[in-house]
Amino acid sequence: MSTETTPVQTNQTDKPSKTTKLSKKASTSIRATINKRVADRRKPARKKTVMITGAAGALAQQVINRLRDTHNIVAVDFRKLTYHSDDIASYKIDFTKRGFEDLFKHYEFDSVIHLGRISSSEETRMRRYNANVLGTQKLLDLSHKYGISNVIVLSTYHVYGASPYNPALIEETAPLKAAELTRDLVDSVELENLANIYLWRYPDLNITILRPCNIVGPGVRNTISSLLSSDYAPVLMGFSPIMQFIHIDDMADAVSLAHKECKKGVYNVATNDWIAYQDALEYCGCTAVPIPSIPPALPKFITGLLSLKMFPSYLVNYFKYPVVINGENFNKTFGFKAKRPLKEIFRSYREEKE
Amino acid sequence: MSLKSFLKEKLVPKELDEQLDRLNKPVGSLGYDPWGFNTDTNKIVMSLFSGIYSKYFRVETSGIEHVPDTGPVLIVANHSGQLPIDGTLIAYAIATRKKKPRLPRAMIERFFPTVPFLGNFLNQVGAVLGDPVNCARMLENGEAIVVFPEGVRGSGKLFKDRYQLQRFGTGFLHLAMKHNTPIVPVGVVGCEETIPAFANIKPLAELLNVPYVPVALPFIFPAKVRLNFGKPIYFENEDLTEEQVTRRVEKVKSAINDLIAKGLDERKGIFE
Repeated sequence: MSTETTPVQTNQTDKPSKTTKLSKKASTSIRATINKRVADRRKPARKKTVMITGAAGALAQQVINRLRDTHNIVAVDFRKLTYHSDDIASYKIDFTKRGFEDLFKHYEFDSVIHLGRISSSEETRMRRYNANVLGTQKLLDLSHKYGISNVIVLSTYHVYGASPYNPALIEETAPLKAAELTRDLVDSVELENLANIYLWRYPDLNITILRPCNIVGPGVRNTISSLLSSDYAPVLMGFSPIMQFIHIDDMADAVSLAHKECKKGVYNVATNDWIAYQDALEYCGCTAVPIPSIPPALPKFITGLLSLKMFPSYLVNYFKYPVVINGENFNKTFGFKAKRPLKEIFRSYREEKE
Repeated sequence: MSLKSFLKEKLVPKELDEQLDRLNKPVGSLGYDPWGFNTDTNKIVMSLFSGIYSKYFRVETSGIEHVPDTGPVLIVANHSGQLPIDGTLIAYAIATRKKKPRLPRAMIERFFPTVPFLGNFLNQVGAVLGDPVNCARMLENGEAIVVFPEGVRGSGKLFKDRYQLQRFGTGFLHLAMKHNTPIVPVGVVGCEETIPAFANIKPLAELLNVPYVPVALPFIFPAKVRLNFGKPIYFENEDLTEEQVTRRVEKVKSAINDLIAKGLDERKGIFE
């Protein structure tokens, strides 16, 4: 009952003289408005609506599982239509097409979780550029136009580039050198740059850019996960760079946390645990197949000839030089701690093969 | 059982294993740190290296107690001998000293990560790419770091230029001032004679993308090595011009020169 009386009392306290002068018609209208407000308050709180892109991917499915009880979810993917459950609307749509805006008109999105980037080992360079850069630009433009105040963008640690001169524990302020090293990663860097521009130009979007280390685990189809799943994996002779791995469940927790807390900025996401690539293969029960590594052009030539999807020639340097990122900023800001240890992650890959 | 576990079990004596456990190096769940150091590889290499250290090079040290027991410290030495044997000897000496052993990290030239096998191997035994960001972060972590400010100018010099200090970079001094870190100078005598080089095949070096390809006998001579550690030098953290910093670097260089001269005076011959 207190909710019912509060607005009336407030009104009377604030403007008592005006209330007495109101006509009967006006008085009825005010009462109707008050009743409507009270009725609105009695309704259960409206579930917030979130658009999750890249819905066909394993990470998006994990994030959907974490948010489905508390949010209305609209799942979007430009690759294929996926069914999640009856209460989750799912669309296959190209972000660069006009029809994409209709989703924003139809649903009142509160937030966007943009996980729908084509990973560095998939599709052609042009297709990746169109989807990752132009698609993201359209998404951010529409998010701004429709007043969305919470946007999560998934990036990758690849943006730092694999260089022999990389220091360890790279922080978010480090230059993004991937594009300098290979044109095939231009889309990853451009996506980041774009998100950064929008982050500062439209602060109300509250953009959070996440740069995770290698995401691995069941269902993950990226380069490193495919390598760990296989019986034989290429290695560059004499090179075994230090790598970081995060389990897909931990990454989904990190994305959900970033979405919940909404603290804009750029964050590395990584565990405080490290292992050399060839040791990781051994833990996963994978036999290393050495590829000659000198002169430096030779491994690129060989992998180019082999055209292995799980070991593309332009990612060769990531299997040669370490790109170790520092995730402390994310951990402190969001109170995040990865739960799945490396041994457990590798055990699951090993058990898959047995 | 992996090859590493097998080698560790077969090669690492219990006493050395316990000694190296006293180093208490923070690593992840599988024994690696972010710079690539690996506890098992380090133990295996240390056990293999103990004979090389004590029997082959018959290393003698003096003043090793000048390296502080804890906290950040830069151990600055002259560089020589084509291969980074000098850094390994210094690190081994400090890691196996009886009182308060520490495992210093050696900052290595920027070309090492590009060399197959060697780059990874050096990382696994504690060497780190000589990058100011790496060095700063390690000093913040309270690590002991071995620095060769001559870089490849020192290690790649020819036999005729032995024991002539080359130009020192100034980066180490900036870091020492910024992080209030003492500098312990070290004069290394003996490594110049381990791989005497008489020429450098520059075109081949350029082709292979390495800083030098020495003309030398394919043999490492068992020259006796002396490591003379000097007293720590402290520099105030002041806003200095590069010229003033260079003057401070010259002080360190002079201290190292004195320690080299002491080592050369002490030895009666290359192998004694």
